Amino acid sequence: MLKDQDRIFKNLYNDMGSDIISAQNRGDWVNTKEITDKGRDWIINEIKDSQLRGRGGAGFPTGLKWSFAPKEVGSRPHYLVINGDESEPGTCKDRDILRFEPHKLIEGCLIASYAVQAHICYIYIRGEYFVDGQKLQAAIDEAYEKKLLGKNAAGTGWDLDIYIHYGAGAYICGEETALLESIEGKKGQPRLKPPFPALIGLYGCPTIINNVETIAVVPTILRRGGKWFASLGREKNTGTKIFCISGNVNTPCNVEEEMNIPLKELIEVHAGGVIGGWDNLQAVIPGGSSMPLIPKEKCETLTMDFDSLMAEKSGLGTAGIVVINKDQDIIKCMARIARFYKHESCGQCTPCREGSGWMWRMLERMAKGDATKDEVEMLGDVTNQIAGHTICAFGEGSSWPVQGLLRHFKKEIEERNNLDPIVQKKNNIPYLVDQHLLDKKNA
Amino acid sequence: MLKLKVNDIDVEVEEGLTVLQACEKAGVEIPRFCYHEKLSIAGNCRMCLVEMEKSPKPIASCAMPAAEGMNIKTNTEFVEKARKGVMEFLLANHPLDCPVCDQGGECDLQDQSMYYGVDKSRFKENKRLVPEKNMGPLIKTQMTRCIHCTRCVRFATEIAGVPELGAIGRGEDMQITTYLEESMQSELSANVVDLCPVGALTSKPYVFEARPWELKKTETIDVMDAVGSNIRVDTYDWEVKRVLPIINEDINEEWISDKTRYACDGLLHQRLDTPFIKYNKKFEKASWAEVYKIIKSKIENTTKEKICGFVGDLTNMETSYIFKEFFERTLDIKNYESRTDNRFINILNREDYIFNSSLNGIEETDLIFLVGSNPRYEATILNARIRKSHLNNNTKIYSLNENGDLTYPYQSFDGQTQTLKNIFNGQHELSKHILNSKKPMIILGESFLRLNNAEFLYIKMKEFLSQNNKLSEDWNPLNILSCDASSVGNFDLGFINKEKNILNDLKSNKFEIVYLVGQDNLDFNKKDEFVIYQGSHGDKGAEIADIILPGAAYTEQDAHYTNLEGKIQKAYKASYPPGESKEDWQIINEIAEFMNNRKLFNDKEELESSMFNYLNLQKEKQNKEYLNEFSGEFKNEKLTIDIKPYYFSNIIARCSKTMIECNNSKLNLKSTGTEG
Amino acid sequence: MSLRRPAKNQPENFEFNNSSLDAANKIVSKYPKGKQQSAVMALLYIAQRQNGNWIPLAAMKYIAKFLDMPYIKVYEVATFYTMYNLSPVGKHFIQVCTTTPCMIRGASKLVEACKEKISENECELSNDKSCSWMEVECLGACVNAPMMQINDEYYEDLDKEKTLKILDQILKGETPQAGSYRGRINNEPENNRKTLMDYKNA
Repeated sequence: MLKDQDRIFKNLYNDMGSDIISAQNRGDWVNTKEITDKGRDWIINEIKDSQLRGRGGAGFPTGLKWSFAPKEVGSRPHYLVINGDESEPGTCKDRDILRFEPHKLIEGCLIASYAVQAHICYIYIRGEYFVDGQKLQAAIDEAYEKKLLGKNAAGTGWDLDIYIHYGAGAYICGEETALLESIEGKKGQPRLKPPFPALIGLYGCPTIINNVETIAVVPTILRRGGKWFASLGREKNTGTKIFCISGNVNTPCNVEEEMNIPLKELIEVHAGGVIGGWDNLQAVIPGGSSMPLIPKEKCETLTMDFDSLMAEKSGLGTAGIVVINKDQDIIKCMARIARFYKHESCGQCTPCREGSGWMWRMLERMAKGDATKDEVEMLGDVTNQIAGHTICAFGEGSSWPVQGLLRHFKKEIEERNNLDPIVQKKNNIPYLVDQHLLDKKNA
Repeated sequence: MLKLKVNDIDVEVEEGLTVLQACEKAGVEIPRFCYHEKLSIAGNCRMCLVEMEKSPKPIASCAMPAAEGMNIKTNTEFVEKARKGVMEFLLANHPLDCPVCDQGGECDLQDQSMYYGVDKSRFKENKRLVPEKNMGPLIKTQMTRCIHCTRCVRFATEIAGVPELGAIGRGEDMQITTYLEESMQSELSANVVDLCPVGALTSKPYVFEARPWELKKTETIDVMDAVGSNIRVDTYDWEVKRVLPIINEDINEEWISDKTRYACDGLLHQRLDTPFIKYNKKFEKASWAEVYKIIKSKIENTTKEKICGFVGDLTNMETSYIFKEFFERTLDIKNYESRTDNRFINILNREDYIFNSSLNGIEETDLIFLVGSNPRYEATILNARIRKSHLNNNTKIYSLNENGDLTYPYQSFDGQTQTLKNIFNGQHELSKHILNSKKPMIILGESFLRLNNAEFLYIKMKEFLSQNNKLSEDWNPLNILSCDASSVGNFDLGFINKEKNILNDLKSNKFEIVYLVGQDNLDFNKKDEFVIYQGSHGDKGAEIADIILPGAAYTEQDAHYTNLEGKIQKAYKASYPPGESKEDWQIINEIAEFMNNRKLFNDKEELESSMFNYLNLQKEKQNKEYLNEFSGEFKNEKLTIDIKPYYFSNIIARCSKTMIECNNSKLNLKSTGTEG
Repeated sequence: MSLRRPAKNQPENFEFNNSSLDAANKIVSKYPKGKQQSAVMALLYIAQRQNGNWIPLAAMKYIAKFLDMPYIKVYEVATFYTMYNLSPVGKHFIQVCTTTPCMIRGASKLVEACKEKISENECELSNDKSCSWMEVECLGACVNAPMMQINDEYYEDLDKEKTLKILDQILKGETPQAGSYRGRINNEPENNRKTLMDYKNA
């Protein structure tokens, strides 16, 4: 288990209070000026050395992302945008940062803004987190009062204003370009890439977008050194991470742990074990709803980091672990996830708009045993026709969980759905409309 | 130039082009629904997916900028599978109602499903039903068919400049609609019907009228305004069923105005299909021989000075030319006129009555100054160009008058000619802008030409511009915006009377015989004049006539028109004149023959070649030096922009039921007070 | 979800009151000059708060004029985001999360409780017209599942009984305590905490 002294979010459970005095006692805002005095290149290199990867789901190296910002500020200002549109089912880590460790985030914003030369930072928070957003606003107000924000913020010589922008109930706004559209006052429909936001982002200006957790760990990394962060976890999967363990466990919780921690340790030690015992485990969704589930057999040895989960054809995503025990109907669970995606599809591009509803309806029938044998294959086809063909990653996000289900629980689906197809294919003549008529003798 | 490979074919393309355009350059066709050359890129239909080396996913070729060294494949199984997948999704919720869909036979989805569709649907769920939307009298909706390509939304926002269409809701419940289903307030609205790749937006007046393969298609020229949009007239037997745009990048690009498209039902109503003679204030049918006889005896019993003739706003050049010949050769008098108001015109120099900068020039200019013109209603297509120029080049637009919504922002002044004088004396803030502009454009409307001081001001402008080196061989900033299709052609043909003011003489009832060819806009009190009206429709001109000669409309005769830029274009015969009516040139030719046993021209070819000879001669006779001096006094006037009611601007539009509906729908909207 | 439609009965006019106007102007100032359209989402919230938890069409029109943007763009935004109520909801607006993490911990019991106490169907007002409820997608409090949101506050770690109690309180006009209903501190593992113990005991 990670030593307490290596935990970044010491106030994860709000034992100490989130106000600025308590935060300063925990070490926030102590020597911000010293950090920025070391210069942009030093900051970006230190973050690169730490091998910090984005905590929002895609796991893109943060230092590299920052280095994409134009070196010189041209006619267009730079922006920093913080993605706090935490909507992935199974994930609730950013909320705790917003309400209990807001100063880590704000200080991180200042340092990151300095590194990418932004004078304005927007923090996008999902509309449902209104109360938590107000707590963050209170913290921002405190910071302004103490001159940690605004002109010459925290004595660094850098001017920074931070504004909160509330979402209003759209999962897709967690996609970075949809989020930018949303800040611009439009529907949250992802943009085509290229161009990438680092060059053409918010209001057409260079924009760096990071997850709340990514930015909140930055000050600590810079204080304790990239090497320290890199020493935790394993190569390219370094540092600590807040895991959210929900579902059929005895003590669901958020906990900050080292990367590459065994899944079983997280469940057994922190989450108090699976309800009904380890043997009652059916499957685990390891990284928020869009990551394919992992069946029990593999959970024994699985370690939680980006690359090892990728090897299992899943992903760390947001590290929202949903534990599903054998009391649950796994097809129904996935059908519910498919319904979520159908509800949240922005409707912009064809495969996702038409496919997400189709998948959901098929899964609902499969949960009831109302589908024919051939439809199981067909469901797989549909997921393949969505994934990789859409504007944004939502296509993958909505089809991967279904693909995971088909990969590991195909037998269960087939057992429940053994109706014969209406049209029997005997003579396989392609492009013939009424092929089944051929099966009759006089046709 | 970028070099890349498409299906192993090497292509070179300019920077800034997309992969899709590169593929087209390589002769590879890419299926698409949302992509359209004239609209912004949406990349949402996903039909144009292609394989790109080193990319694990297929890429949307319409949205991907072409880059050096790319290796694109479009004919692989990978690509076919991807497109088939997308097609299956598109068809999943699309109704199978092609047999009752007006788009059938010219539907992109139908065509492309022949290549990428599968014979039977695997989609077993209930299909989505989307309620129909009201989009006004021109656009019929069947939103269940919509594939959400958003072409219509982008058109309304970008080209038409009336952001009234939008996609509301999200996911599979996304629906295209106007705000609260009000009808679209644009004169270009029906272009969305052409843009819609499926049958979601179809033409309301054309609903269930015909199938595309049953129609005879004739490419011709529009006469609803002076722009000369290129159109295709689709006819079923005699009837003109619909009018569609054809692409002419120099004129109308791909668009036509709603009037061009939908006034065509006016060709079916109130037609004059037989000669009439007025007896005791009542019209009675007559034969051609009878009316010719009466005309002959009337003319023979009248002194030639007491005869005058007018042509109208839709009259083609052949008709004007033979009419002029008729007056000069048969009657031996020059009492003809094409103007219906006392406007200033210098017929000796072509540059003084055409739109010199040309339509394409609008996209090069950086400053436009509108004087006495409302291009939105006077030349809708030209106005769309101004908007395009504003969007692409940030062209600054000024107007002497407040003009209402022109679909782009502009700065307006007080409408006084004193201001105009100051501007072209260099004593106004705008003077500086004009001088700083590389290629300024001054657009002078007909309302300007009607000013008492028009000539003075025009000379003033010309002086100011040439003294400051803004007027050169390459760029003439002065542009006359004519409103009528026949105007420039008539000027080229010299169809105005330079010596006398025929119009004033007419108003003071100095004539005994008045011969009107398609002229319905004359404002005079008829006393004892004998009025011969030759035209296609029974309207104002026919009302006052003593003899009616049934002529042909613009879709019923081969003839030339010169547009406001001075570009001569040929209109082709799509249909034939109804009943006993004849082509206009033929009627005049026959009267001439009847009067002195000699045809003016043996046939149409002779007429045409004679007309072109005349035009060529005129070109050599241009007098650029005229109009350098002006002796007269300047008096300030208020310039008021006087435009014809948009939907009733000519005889065909006035006879069109669709135009009446359009007019009513706008009136209704105004009376509810929801427009602003 | 099917397309959410605006209510049939719409008020004729809408205008921001003084406090809304102040708030709106403050929000517009957050965005760069000329980018006032960015404020549309926040302004819709302000209108929603001012107008008893739902947004009439007149308000959309008002906001469109306020921000100098086409009506249809405001309408698009209001119909795209699910937190904007286009027709009246209860003064106490209860949203029950039923997405998988809550579902497998018994969210359906919460729905049952709502049906018993408030109304048989979603989005219908209770008998006293003060409450309405609906099922929503993940509210982002998955380790506190099952949970629901009443207006701005989260009520976490619920079961049917606790939900019934909360709903009773609301119907009586009381304000129930927000947060976890199993007495744990925020998102710590209940009675199983192994980390940051020094801070807990400090």
